[in-house]
Amino acid sequence: MTWLLRRATSLAFIVGLPLVVFVALWFGTAGSTNFYLPSMQVIMDSLASDWLGSRLGDDVLPSLARLAMGYLLAAVLGVGLGVLVGLSRPVRQVLEPVLEFFRAIPPPVLVPVLILFAGIGTTMKVFVIASGAVWPILLNSVEGVRAVDPVQLDTARCYRFSRRALLRRVVLPAASPQIFAGLRQALSIAIILMVISEMFAATNGLGFAIVQLQRSFAIPEMWAGIVVLGLLGFVLSILFRFVEDRVLAWHRGLRRAERS
Amino acid sequence: MLEVRGLRKVYGGHGRTVEAVRDLTFELKAGELACLVGPSGCGKTTLLKCIAGLLAPTSGEVSVHGQRVAGPPADMAVVFQEYGRSLYPWMTVGANVELPLKEKRLVRARRRQLVTDSLAAVGLHDVENAYPWQLSGGMQQRVAIARALAYEPQVLLMDEPFAAVDAQTRADLEDLVRSVWQRFGITLLFVTHDIDEAVYLGERVIVLSASPTVVQHQVTVDLPTERDQLATRSLARFAELRAEIYQQIHQAKAASTADRLAAEALA
Ligand SMILES: Nc1ncnc2c1ncn2[C@@H]1O[C@H](COP(=O)(O)OP(=O)(O)OP(=O)(O)O)[C@@H](O)[C@H]1O
Ligand SMILES: [Mg+2]
Repeated sequence: MTWLLRRATSLAFIVGLPLVVFVALWFGTAGSTNFYLPSMQVIMDSLASDWLGSRLGDDVLPSLARLAMGYLLAAVLGVGLGVLVGLSRPVRQVLEPVLEFFRAIPPPVLVPVLILFAGIGTTMKVFVIASGAVWPILLNSVEGVRAVDPVQLDTARCYRFSRRALLRRVVLPAASPQIFAGLRQALSIAIILMVISEMFAATNGLGFAIVQLQRSFAIPEMWAGIVVLGLLGFVLSILFRFVEDRVLAWHRGLRRAERS
Repeated sequence: MLEVRGLRKVYGGHGRTVEAVRDLTFELKAGELACLVGPSGCGKTTLLKCIAGLLAPTSGEVSVHGQRVAGPPADMAVVFQEYGRSLYPWMTVGANVELPLKEKRLVRARRRQLVTDSLAAVGLHDVENAYPWQLSGGMQQRVAIARALAYEPQVLLMDEPFAAVDAQTRADLEDLVRSVWQRFGITLLFVTHDIDEAVYLGERVIVLSASPTVVQHQVTVDLPTERDQLATRSLARFAELRAEIYQQIHQAKAASTADRLAAEALA
């Protein structure tokens, strides 16, 4: 019962303020005559008819698929490489300057380069998303792995854990709070890069559609597209938190126990 | 059974070298319970890590069952000084105790039995599904001991396991160590810096000097096998043994201070 109540309150907090803002905008823009700033009602109409209609399959789903592939690629590469680099001092010493260099390159400039290699299709966009999202995951994984308590590692060695068990049961869980911090940062970067890569060269997708709508002066539809993007980020962040709460429940408990 | 011969360990690197242990030689018979006492920082943990195969000695060697230790030996378990940090907080107590058994490739039924039995042996019931951080310090230490027992080691090393628990819990845990040692017939090396604890627990006490560390003295504890916190500690013989060890440590300190003063005077 208390659990249900807590859930309900936290949900109210998540949805509450956005709802207030929405209502304020609704009444604030009602009867707007500005061509570039249509009323919320007009935007919502277009959202329902246009974006939740044909554009859902034509633009939203392709974007989501690219985002998922790019983010997944970044996660696999980032965690995999991060664990490798974090565990081995020689690898770290060799790779660290190289990584710092590549990290300093803003991912959008890779778009023209990647178009040369991968064309303007989905592959290019997935690579752009992954190339930007991989860094926070990689660097946080390295830090997380390096910070594993030596007593925990000694314990694992004493009980002669296999390499596999050492990774799966000790190193990865110990580093997971840091890894999740990286994954969270990477999520917002991935969404930004999804839009940017689609604005450059594409035939569909959210970024492409918003630019097209702006150029053809379909202003309410353009605004509706931006609302869709906002909603997308919002929903993904809630999903992320849901997963994180489950995977890192032990960490929350540990921190609470340490504080008291 | 457990032999340490001419062990020396020097920590190096970064231009600063620390000679943690100079020259240690001693031996434990199978099934013996020996206590190792020595002042703080004299290299007790270093010695234990060398015995456990976690650290390579600079020179000298350790052998278990006549076999030279190069990595962690198969039938040895260690209870670390920092017990709280040696339990994995992302696993329940039961999973913590069970994981080494999985790595040992025991079948599920056997694992379950060992987990239940070892937790019961340390007086913990109904905590299998709790997380380590939900338990008190003394309980966490019991879990670490249960994990070591469930592993069914022939040699058990314990590094100042009771340094951070209150006096009552400490007394309980001391009796627990005696009882599991008797029940499981293991060879046990127990490190402490508390002389009373060493005399109460051990069949023998090995006294280490202050750094540079050597074996200063060894005392056989000829107290009755059945020990009792009140009765044993009030025996005249207990006081004698205690006094003897105190004196040895005092001499060691005086000697090392004299050495240092002499060295400083020369310099
Ligand atoms: N990894 C290390 N690198 C360098 N020096 C070390 C290292 N570990 C320990 N030392 C040094 O070696 C000496 C012995 O340390 P050790 O931890 O073995 O002592 P101890 O007897 O266990 O002390 P305590 O009673 O406080 O636990 C100390 O001077 C310590 O500073
Ligand atoms: Mg120590």
